[in-house]
This record gives sequence, structure tokens and C-alpha cells, in this order.
Amino acid sequence: MTPSRKERQGRLASRAVQATFLIVLIVLWYLATTRWRVSPLLLPNPVTVLHNFWDILRTGEFIGDLRVTLTELAAAFAIAATSGVTVGYLISRSQYRIRVFEPLFAGIYSIPIILFLPLYVLFFGLGPASKIALGATISFFPITLNTIAGFGYVDKTFVVAARSMGASDYQLFRHVLMPAALPIILSGMRIGFTVALLSIIGSETIASLAGLGHRIVHLAEAMEMAPMFAYIVFVVAIAAILNMLVSALEARGRRP
Amino acid sequence: MTAANAWRRALRRPWVARIAVVVLLLALWEVAARWWVDPIFLSPPSRVFASLPAVFDTRGVPAALRVTFWELAVAFALSVVIGLAIGLAVGLKPFARKSFMPIILLLYGTPQVTILPLFILYFGIGPASKIAFGVSHGFFPIVMTIVAGVQNIKPILLTSARAMGASRWQTLRYVVFPHMIPSFFAGMRLAMTGVLLGVLLAELYVSTAGIGYFTTLFTQNFDPTRLLGLISVLAAMAIVLNEIVRRAEVHFGRWHTD
Repeated sequence: MTPSRKERQGRLASRAVQATFLIVLIVLWYLATTRWRVSPLLLPNPVTVLHNFWDILRTGEFIGDLRVTLTELAAAFAIAATSGVTVGYLISRSQYRIRVFEPLFAGIYSIPIILFLPLYVLFFGLGPASKIALGATISFFPITLNTIAGFGYVDKTFVVAARSMGASDYQLFRHVLMPAALPIILSGMRIGFTVALLSIIGSETIASLAGLGHRIVHLAEAMEMAPMFAYIVFVVAIAAILNMLVSALEARGRRP
Repeated sequence: MTAANAWRRALRRPWVARIAVVVLLLALWEVAARWWVDPIFLSPPSRVFASLPAVFDTRGVPAALRVTFWELAVAFALSVVIGLAIGLAVGLKPFARKSFMPIILLLYGTPQVTILPLFILYFGIGPASKIAFGVSHGFFPIVMTIVAGVQNIKPILLTSARAMGASRWQTLRYVVFPHMIPSFFAGMRLAMTGVLLGVLLAELYVSTAGIGYFTTLFTQNFDPTRLLGLISVLAAMAIVLNEIVRRAEVHFGRWHTD
């Protein structure tokens, strides 16, 4: 179906509004720093920020911090995904266990777990271990809850039909339970990944020795505004790329 | 024999079993903290519970809790007002929705915690920066749900209201607002989660009067008893606030059945 002419014009108009909005924003930013003399300690010049951004990319000075953050993220997510799927699967095997554990996990998930960061720092120190542990804890809950939802609410008819056709336990799992649960588990993993990334950058901001969040705080405390803005742009871009990657993987995994 | 049977029957109820699991975990924590773990890192739940009065007696803690509570309340109220205004402004006009929703979604998707130092820089280290950061987390979900709620109103309702000669305000008052209520309350629940996250993150990052100051103090003094006590009080506060908005959502969402 090709969009009608009117629809296409409407889309063009809204794109134009979006572009204008962004351009006005950047022009205002530029004018604020040059004409209206906003202190560069509050708002650095966009051109300087751009230069700093290129410098960061060119010199590769971001690699150390990026490696720390990504390693923490990978470890936290791996722990959360394996334990979350395992625990979720074990719970989902009986209606009784679902009724006992699901409200418990949902209740804990509604508490802002970032509150426990001081405890994690006390247990695991300021290094990467506390970030991995916190990130794993926070992303464990959406993954577990979605795994329970995925495996626990498979249509009974399918299970009975497969059984009556003589499916073994493995065949039932491979051909009935897994395909039914996978999309829900994958979206749980995507949510888990996003919250793990957020909580790791957050805990790096609050208390850490290295990592991208730490770098931003370090620059903020040194009042080096232009490099700090450049790093913020960099981290936002990294987060956007990671989220896009994960969404693409999720969409790919959903396809039967 | 009958006692064992009674136990088994009681455990068959999910909520009894749930409480049993919680008690079991607390017992495990108690045993671990008493005999295995160094007491400068973890203290048993019995001692944490017994120390709650001591936490409240610590000079400044009640005031800090009050400050944090006010930060949460003000941030939530501002999130609702700002979210409602932006949501209606963007949601009511299809053109505005198509133009600005992608921008809002893009902003919502960025990790706001990266700009936490900027909030401190612009709003200072007092409560204002916590409120601003809480609002930055809280108003997005309200905008989203308001836009989705306005979008889901059946066009026939709007058309028939207009056909019966309803003015713009009357259409808003009698068609749009009532249909927005369920999604509005769903948005408020998500906003509460966001506000809690934002305010507590900012508190933990830097704080002069709120609870962040005391969590840092207790951590640096290796005083897990009072740290755990304070965290439990805050967790209880979060649970109560979440529960209030959840109840409100159930209460105000029930008339709407289709």
C-alpha cells in the first residue's frame, strides 16, 4: 500500500517541524553562549563541544572507560539473564509456585532498588564488582517476571495436543513451550538490558573509580564543561546504539 | 500428626506460603549475619529492627526523611502538571502528535542519569536539583499515557459530540477527560516509579540535607545496622507511595470496561 499524496505531504510537514525544532534549539544554544553571554561554566559553546567530541573520538581516550562500563554491563546482564531465566522457568512449572512467587518478585521490583547501592558499595567495594552486582539485581526482576509470564501462561490446549500426539518432555519443551515463551522472555531481556545499563551508569555516577559515568562526574567536578558535554553526547550515543542493537536482536529472535 | 496436616493445608494457600518464604529468607539472613559474615558489613535483621528507634534518634534523620518526602511529593505533583499539559498539547492535534512524539520518544529513551551532574550544576546541591531530576524522570510516562489515551478515544464519540453541538471545552470536559482517566492513572503509577528513581538517584549522588547524606555517612562509618534501618524506612516509604497510586489506578480505572 503506497501512502496517498496527502499522507505523504503530512509526513513531510511533520519532518520539517522536527528539523526546525532541533535547528532552533541549536541556534538558541549558540546565541546563548555568544550573544547573550551565558557563562561557559554553565553552558559551553556548541562549536567547542563539537571540537571536544571529535577530539575524544580521534584520540581514543574513551576506550578505557568504555571498556570498563561495557564489561560491567556484559557481566551483569549475563548473570541476570541466566539466573532470571532459570529461576523463572523453575517457578513457572507449577501454578502453585507462580501464585506464591510472582507477587513477591513483582513487589520487590516496584521498590527502587538503586536505594540499596550504598549496601552494595559496602559489600563489594567501589570497583566494578558493586556495579555488576547492582546491575544484575536490577535486571534480574524483569527477566524473571517475563520468563514466568512466558512459560507459565502457555495455552493448555497446545500442551495437551502435543502430549496426546506423543511428544516427549524434550520435544514438548523444544517445539511447544519454547516458541510460545520466547517472545515474552526476549522482551523481558530487552527491558533488563536497558535497566542494567541505566543502573550501571547511575552507580558509576554516584560512587566509582572508573567508567563512563565516573568520567562525566570527574569532568563536572573539574568544571571542564565542554569535554563534559562532549562525553554526555558520547554516552547518549553509545546508549542509543546499544538499545537499537538489542531491539534489533529481539525483533530477530521473535521471528519463528 | 494433625499439626503437620494443618501446616500442609495452610501452606496450600499461596499467601501463607509467600509469608513462609519471606520468613525463611529473613532467618537465613539472620543466621548468615550472626555467624558467617563480618559484622562491619552486614547486621542481622533482628538488630536492624531493634535499631530503628536509634535511626530516628540520630540527629537530623527525621528532618532528612521529611525533606526527601517533600522532594518526592513536589516532584510528583510537578510531573503530573507538566506531563498533563505537554500530553494534551501534543496529543490532541494529530499533526502535533506526529511531529513531536518522535522527539519525546527520543528524549525518553536517553539515559537521563548522564546529565545528573548538570542538574546539580544548574539547580544547586539542595532540594531543587532533586526535584528537577525527579520531574525529568516522572513527566515522560504521563505524556506517553496521556497521548495514548487521547488517541484511543473512538472517533465516533468525538464526531457525535460535535454533531450534537458541543463546544470545544464541552468536548474536552465530557468526552476527552473521562476517557483519559484510566490511562492517566496508569501514567501516574509509572510516574511515581520514575520520580522515586530520579529523586533517590540525585539524593545518593550529592546531598546536604536529605537522606543521601546519611546513607553516605553510615556507609563510610561501616555502620550497616543503621544503614539497613534507614534503607528499610525508605523502602517502606516507596512501597506505600507506589501502593497509593496503584490503588488509585484500580479505583478510577474500573468504570471503563471496553
